[in-house]
Amino acid sequence: MPKMSYAAPATIPEAIGLLANAAGLAKVMSGGTDLLVQFRSGRTRPELIVDTKKLPGITGIRVTDDGFVIGAATSGAEIGECAALVQAWPGVVEAANLIGSTQVQGRASLAGNLCNASPAADSVPAMIAARATCVVVGSKGRREVPVEDIVIGPGRTSLARDEFIIAFHLPRRPAHAADAYLRFIPRTEMDIAVVGAGVSVTLDAAGVCTDARVALGAVAPTAVLVPDAAAALIGHTLDEAALAKLDAAARAACKPIDDKRGTIAFRTKVAGVLARRAAAIAFERAGAR
Amino acid sequence: MTFIGNKSDLKVVGTRPVRPDGVEKVTGRAAFGADMAMPGMLVGKIKRSPHAHARILSIDTDKALALPGVKAVVTATDFPDIASEEAFVGEGPMNFRDLSRNCMARDKALYEGHAVAAVAATSSAIADAALDLIEVHYEVLPHVIDVEAAMAPGAPLLHDDLFTQNTEPAPAKPSNIAKRVHFRLGDIAAGFREAEVVVDGRFTTQPVHQAYIEPHACIASVGADGQSQLWGSSQGQFMVRAYCAKLLGMEISNLRVIPAEIGGGFGGKTVVYLEPLALALSRKSGRPVKMVMTREEVFRASGPTSGGVVEVKIGARKDGTITAAQAVLKFQAGAFPGSPVQPACMCAFATYDLKNVDVTGYDVVSNRPKVAAYRAPGAPIAAFAVESAMDDLARKLGMDPIALREKNAAKAGTKTAYGPVFPEIGYQQTLAAARNHPHYKAPLGPNQGRGVATGFWFNIGGESSAAVYVNEDGSVNVVSGSPDIGGSRASMAMMAAEVLGIPVEHVRPIVADTASVGFTHMTGGSRVTYATGMATVQAAEKVVEQLKQRAAMIWDIPPDAVEWKDGEAVPAGANAGGFDPLPLAAIALKAGKTGGPIGAEVSLNAQGAGPGFGAHICDVEVDRETGYVKILRYTAVQDVGRAIHPGYVEGQIQGGATQGIGWALNEEYVYDAKGRMDNAGFLDYRVPVASDLPMIDAVLVEVPNTRHPFGVRGVGEVPIVPPTAAVGNAIRDALGIRMHHLPMSPPKVRAAVDTGSG
Amino acid sequence: MSKHHVTTTVNGEPAEFLCEPHHSLLDALRDELKLTGSKEGCGSGDCGACSVIVDGRLVCSCLMLAVEADGHAIETIEGLAQGEVLHPLQRKFLEHAALQCGFCTPGLLVAAKALLDRNPDPTETEARYWLAGNLCRCTGYDKVIRAVLDAAAEMRGE
Ligand SMILES: Cc1cc2nc3c(=O)[nH]c(=O)nc-3n(C[C@H](O)[C@H](O)[C@H](O)COP(=O)(O)OP(=O)(O)OC[C@H]3O[C@@H](n4cnc5c(N)ncnc54)[C@H](O)[C@@H]3O)c2cc1C
Ligand code: FES
Ligand code: FES
Repeated sequence: MPKMSYAAPATIPEAIGLLANAAGLAKVMSGGTDLLVQFRSGRTRPELIVDTKKLPGITGIRVTDDGFVIGAATSGAEIGECAALVQAWPGVVEAANLIGSTQVQGRASLAGNLCNASPAADSVPAMIAARATCVVVGSKGRREVPVEDIVIGPGRTSLARDEFIIAFHLPRRPAHAADAYLRFIPRTEMDIAVVGAGVSVTLDAAGVCTDARVALGAVAPTAVLVPDAAAALIGHTLDEAALAKLDAAARAACKPIDDKRGTIAFRTKVAGVLARRAAAIAFERAGAR
Repeated sequence: MTFIGNKSDLKVVGTRPVRPDGVEKVTGRAAFGADMAMPGMLVGKIKRSPHAHARILSIDTDKALALPGVKAVVTATDFPDIASEEAFVGEGPMNFRDLSRNCMARDKALYEGHAVAAVAATSSAIADAALDLIEVHYEVLPHVIDVEAAMAPGAPLLHDDLFTQNTEPAPAKPSNIAKRVHFRLGDIAAGFREAEVVVDGRFTTQPVHQAYIEPHACIASVGADGQSQLWGSSQGQFMVRAYCAKLLGMEISNLRVIPAEIGGGFGGKTVVYLEPLALALSRKSGRPVKMVMTREEVFRASGPTSGGVVEVKIGARKDGTITAAQAVLKFQAGAFPGSPVQPACMCAFATYDLKNVDVTGYDVVSNRPKVAAYRAPGAPIAAFAVESAMDDLARKLGMDPIALREKNAAKAGTKTAYGPVFPEIGYQQTLAAARNHPHYKAPLGPNQGRGVATGFWFNIGGESSAAVYVNEDGSVNVVSGSPDIGGSRASMAMMAAEVLGIPVEHVRPIVADTASVGFTHMTGGSRVTYATGMATVQAAEKVVEQLKQRAAMIWDIPPDAVEWKDGEAVPAGANAGGFDPLPLAAIALKAGKTGGPIGAEVSLNAQGAGPGFGAHICDVEVDRETGYVKILRYTAVQDVGRAIHPGYVEGQIQGGATQGIGWALNEEYVYDAKGRMDNAGFLDYRVPVASDLPMIDAVLVEVPNTRHPFGVRGVGEVPIVPPTAAVGNAIRDALGIRMHHLPMSPPKVRAAVDTGSG
Repeated sequence: MSKHHVTTTVNGEPAEFLCEPHHSLLDALRDELKLTGSKEGCGSGDCGACSVIVDGRLVCSCLMLAVEADGHAIETIEGLAQGEVLHPLQRKFLEHAALQCGFCTPGLLVAAKALLDRNPDPTETEARYWLAGNLCRCTGYDKVIRAVLDAAAEMRGE
């Protein structure tokens, strides 16, 4: 077991200072459900763990005029208990709530899910589809970044070593707008997504799609936004032709790998299937509002 | 005691009392393998081979030993190099030489995770650091994982002294094929000539792990005079004692093994891994040493069961009568010989009354962890193939699958291909109960299907010891040598209470250490309730005899004028005299004055274990687009002889069926190109979770085994035999496609939908 | 690498321990506080045998650092019974034979308690999903789920 020290700073500048001045590898920790597993297995050997959970505003959900601000370390369980968020962004919430078991939900956060930079992270496609942004702080100041710009490859992010996320922002919802997230796993629980699909749509009063975002997980080195899939929906109701186009666009966006969790052929086919099914749920939810 | 035929004569057997060890277990007080600590104890850890196959050129332990806090390092040179010798206490075949080399690699590492050295240090962190400081130089050798690849000429050889046994002529060259087994009945060629319909198929299965939730754990303490204690969880303290004594060259009486509570085994804790290393480290360091495996180590280095290839061919007449049944089974044994291919061959067609049978099996080594027993070892692999083929046969004949099985069902008097003739068995009753179950007639929706499959397991008896002691106040202790994995203490207490005629709450059972009770074979082979139960019953009967004698003394009448009824001594009749009944407690109180303590010990070698049969019905719904298979409904019917505690019998059936469902759908060892296991954790080794399953309806059919006083048959193993085929047959029903390869995971099912063949 | 001094509440009692920064809460409970009822089946969050409740939330104690417990309230299996009186869940587990080896049982009971604290009337499906992070290899879950639903019914006074 490597030597490791732990700090739980009370202020953001203090946290930034710890990260900036650490001699060796320093890791930010939110729920620890990825970090501690990797630490125990020896996959990561940080000399310093900076626990964010004592920072002001890092947990909890605030409803603002522009939408929602979700503290970076807010647990999945808390996210699922926020009725206003469930109402506005059911897809993001269901994605966050799919992470792990009840026990993991007690700790797992959106920031950790994103910054662990696994291509299979469940909340990420849903957040990308939702046009979520994150607030990043570091010694160079504060910036707001679209979620899709954070992960640059498996296990790698665009954050500087002294940067971390303090919150996520989700926009307000217009009428007839809703999202949905589906993933495929071999069991019903306790698996990592073989494919994930997030779809967010806005409809007009007649049920025609005026805006859409489709993002896929676990089919490429990072979660991917699929503009062609969105284009297949915009201007259409949920008809067979639109769904077929969506399916094809989703499959075309896949650059998966063969691994213990699924084959290339399987992942590609299922990406199309899930995009269709998630779109159907999003349309139904949007139509019902 | 003679067999009690009438169930209504039983007062305790067949009820559902709270198990005696229950409160400890629901309050977290029960002490499992890792829950024990000793003063001055060190932490032991193992250095393991990162290679699937490699020659060990050198091991340098100097740097590790120099690290402050490191108290001992051991390698193979610290153990005697044992000659080949068959072990006698195991469930499957076991050779002491192989066992020794499996615990600690000598010359070669034969699989990724094979132990090459072990350290003992004052803390876990220091032990970890010491492992990093041990330098092992390897010459990496080509490896082989797959069973048929290992059999192929030119395959990398694991052992250059391994010559296939039981082939004519004897092979001149070594190979990875350790043994060939062959069972034959009648004339197979004639049988196929007689057949009007023939089905055949080639089926494959992957190794699966027992996946008990408790990782292996023990503490060893070796004294300067050689007297040693070992505390830990296993399926047999006497097995641990015998194996460790042999591997370390100790005298058996110098090793006392104390059984901890055991957190599941399913066969996987019928061998030793950590125990000899902990003893060696303790001997070398002069301090107690505790060792606990990580989950990853459990997967990489403790026994899964075999994967196999099974080719099966069955011929029948149009009326459904099977005329010929043939199978070839090739099983991976892991790094050392000893796959369960022999029992698999024996079980393959054992459910059927056949004239012409021909079964051949091959035991094949490859660069994987040495397999360990897993619930009905080998039988589920054979059953997947045979029961899938039987389903195909029923379809080809246009017959109901249960009717086909009933037509050919084994019964009392059926001669098995492996020799014995069946005594009274309950297969036909089991099939009838399945046929009459409402589940079998329930309607199905679109994309849904129903499958039926059956299974068999021998069940064994063997050596057991138990003692029954009456305490001064009339309460009773039962002492046995069988570790309690699933409620066997409850059964022992209940059987003793039944014989003594007292409430079960007055009987407290314990599982004793190797110095406190006579030799007892392992908890395995579904033998405990049968064999240890028989010892308990006989000991209780001896106690009853003593109680009658004491009453006779108190009343001053001849002992045969006393009867034992409902926990009391009563005069045998009017002639015996007019005495008030003497309850057990009253006799116990006077024990000192009537001859001393009352108690009896029995050691026996139980014969006449009754074979068990099961029939499972499974409904699935298949998502054709994702290949996901949902288990909608599951019914498991089984002949259990007689259930001592029906709750725990049902539990065995439900648990076994669930393990079988996991085997059918998702469980498998995944290897990378270098022969390293790629899914050594519960996230990717996918055992069923609660939300994957419906309730499992366990239906108990009771065809008593008349060789046991209460009619007991073993029940723990049969239920894992039918599920793989039951699930496969249900998928066949839903999709119209026969799946030939386990696990029937979503990618395989989706591919089958796309290509039309599985 | 200096040790941290942690002050917490365990099962309603104040508790203090020293731990290394890398120690998990499970390590601290088992090795420092000698509360060995919480089990380690995997050490990676997959089996639930180490389940404890921290400030009312169910978590895996193997996936929480011991130092993080400072100032928080922890409930473990050892606190489930009130003295001699078993919790209804414990009683129902015994009545329904919902344990075989019993290794998963402490974790399952703690997780089930967290469920009933939140949802006194769960459906079978809700109970199954809530408990999906608690592996049991022995029982096939049937009797476990029945015991949980039966305990819930009893606690509702039905
Ligand atoms: C049993 C189990 C099941 C799981 N199942 C799923 C699943 O179904 N789906 C899924 O997507 N994931 C799953 N996971 C993975 C994990 O739970 C999630 O990724 C979770 O969201 C991680 O959040 P965390 O707060 O625990 O992250 P942590 O472990 O705290 O951190 C993860 C990574 O993010 C970094 N990080 C954390 N916080 C910040 C921050 N504020 N700013 C910048 N970087 C940060 C850390 O340095 C680390 O590299 C599972 C894990 C386990 C143990
Ligand atoms: S030990 Fe914590 S989840 Fe398995
Ligand atoms: S009872 Fe053994 S793991 Fe659950």
